[in-house]
Amino acid sequence: MSTINKSSEKFYATVVSNKRVGQYHQILLNVGQLVNNCKPGNFVAIKVGGDNAKMILRRAFAISRVSTTGPYGGSMELIVAPFGQGSKWLCSQIEGAEIDVIAPLGTAFGIPTEPVRALLIGGGYGSAPLFGLAEVLKSRGCRVDMYLGASTGGKIYAPMEGKRSVNVLKIYTEDGSMGERGRVTEPIPGLIADGLVDVIYSCGPMPMLRAISEIVAGSDVVHQCAVEESMACGVGICMTCVLPVNDAEGNISMKRSCIDGPVMDGSHVAWDLVGKIPEAHS
Amino acid sequence: MIDLSTTLGNAWFPSPLFTASGCASSGKELAQFIDLREIGAVVTKSVMSKPRHGRPTPRMAETPSGMINSIGLQGPGIDAFLAHDLPWLVSQKARVIVSIAGETVEEYATLARKVRSAPGISALEVNISCPNVENRGLVFACDPDASRRVIDGVRKTLGGELPIIAKLSPDVTDLVSIAKGVVDAGADGLALINTVLSMVINLDTMRPHLGGKTGGLSGPAIRPIAVRAIYQVHEALPNIPILGMGGVSSGRDALELILAGAKGVPIGTASFGDPAAIITIQNELIELLKARGFTSVAQAVGYAHRPIAESSETP
Repeated sequence: MSTINKSSEKFYATVVSNKRVGQYHQILLNVGQLVNNCKPGNFVAIKVGGDNAKMILRRAFAISRVSTTGPYGGSMELIVAPFGQGSKWLCSQIEGAEIDVIAPLGTAFGIPTEPVRALLIGGGYGSAPLFGLAEVLKSRGCRVDMYLGASTGGKIYAPMEGKRSVNVLKIYTEDGSMGERGRVTEPIPGLIADGLVDVIYSCGPMPMLRAISEIVAGSDVVHQCAVEESMACGVGICMTCVLPVNDAEGNISMKRSCIDGPVMDGSHVAWDLVGKIPEAHS
Repeated sequence: MIDLSTTLGNAWFPSPLFTASGCASSGKELAQFIDLREIGAVVTKSVMSKPRHGRPTPRMAETPSGMINSIGLQGPGIDAFLAHDLPWLVSQKARVIVSIAGETVEEYATLARKVRSAPGISALEVNISCPNVENRGLVFACDPDASRRVIDGVRKTLGGELPIIAKLSPDVTDLVSIAKGVVDAGADGLALINTVLSMVINLDTMRPHLGGKTGGLSGPAIRPIAVRAIYQVHEALPNIPILGMGGVSSGRDALELILAGAKGVPIGTASFGDPAAIITIQNELIELLKARGFTSVAQAVGYAHRPIAESSETP
């Protein structure tokens, strides 16, 4: 048996609840024992549109949090922005609906063995997986600061319960409509210079991940980022979601963000070549 | 009991349902979801002589009942494939059809020479129709003479043992003449259809959406094109086995291609939506064959071509 996708299964999950939170939907799925295989950073691939849909591809969503102790047994929470046709369909699913899910997929955020000072940075809807991560880090004795940024306040997802698992929650918006005006990346150089950060975990738009990688370069700070490239399959067979990654010998290869990611070491990604083709293999 | 077995040249397969090249990588990814021994064969992703990065992202756009891809034959190169991917498949007891792609007639021959000595291969697919190459002039299958030269070179290099299946493009004016040409040059079978050349324009950037600008359309949107292509080629060359593919996502679709003349049905884009699709389709196909009174897949191959006079409605 292969080790790729080794803990993932295709199954039907029941929608336990579907609540609107600002511009987002917080969707809770009953997934039973499978919850034990889900780690922060993993994602799910969901069939959308019903049996006769003209949408033939699954949609990938980061797992926001999981719970083994809820009233419904194992459950997972997804934070979904109803922007596209697929996510709109998912957001329209009511309590009791059966959803065709493949989970868990992809790599997970590395959890340090010793307590560290962790900075979690989320851009836009990218904050979703950081809440589950914050809970795990907190339970390991880490200091957890979370900085969330977006173009405008409406795009910030920061539920009340999320604040319980972080020491500091700061919000940055480019239009100043919520929190501080500016970009979420702006305070990072100062925090690194003051020695306040050991590990940065990030999730959000690729330009933000690239900016963080460039800020961190040359410091001792480790940067784990969850990348996003559009996927057709989510299980490693379509080769659409690739991005250029350096290996230990400095050779660049096109890695799949579904099975070699979504969580990658930001220093390994060849950010300047994303969307381009590396030079031909010699 | 339905006899699902099928043959391509001298190669035997327990089921007519295969993976489609480029839609199963080299099988490892799907092994978590299906037992690779239960399907006819794994047709591996077309491999070239050297490792290849492929085309820039974005590589994919979903379209109504379809998708366009622009991968550009990313892959490990034949040496790494034969050293790692093929032995793994053989160790899993999967039957394997290796798919090769080249930029020159000589590259195809070189690939065939390397594949010839590798154990555990049932057949060789020669992909002369990938639409995602830099120079459309390299789509050998759009040129009858170039198609023949590639297959001729592979046939001479390979000798007579391993069946050669030429994968053809629907983007031609006269598919039957291309098919006849490659059969004359030594192809034992034909795989049709490859994806259909296509484009999506992004309304935000107001430019072609894919990094490679054009891509290959696949999925249910192209199934009727596949049915037509298989029907026409089977009519002209009834003794040449056809691997028929294009948007099959149910047992009903698989049977449609078999009735048109396909002896094998590779499943491609449907596996992206459901990695266990091949098994589901196989089970559905068995029921549909039973319901129509067939006792084997072989009886149904090309059944849509039977003369009107003979069409008493039980097979």
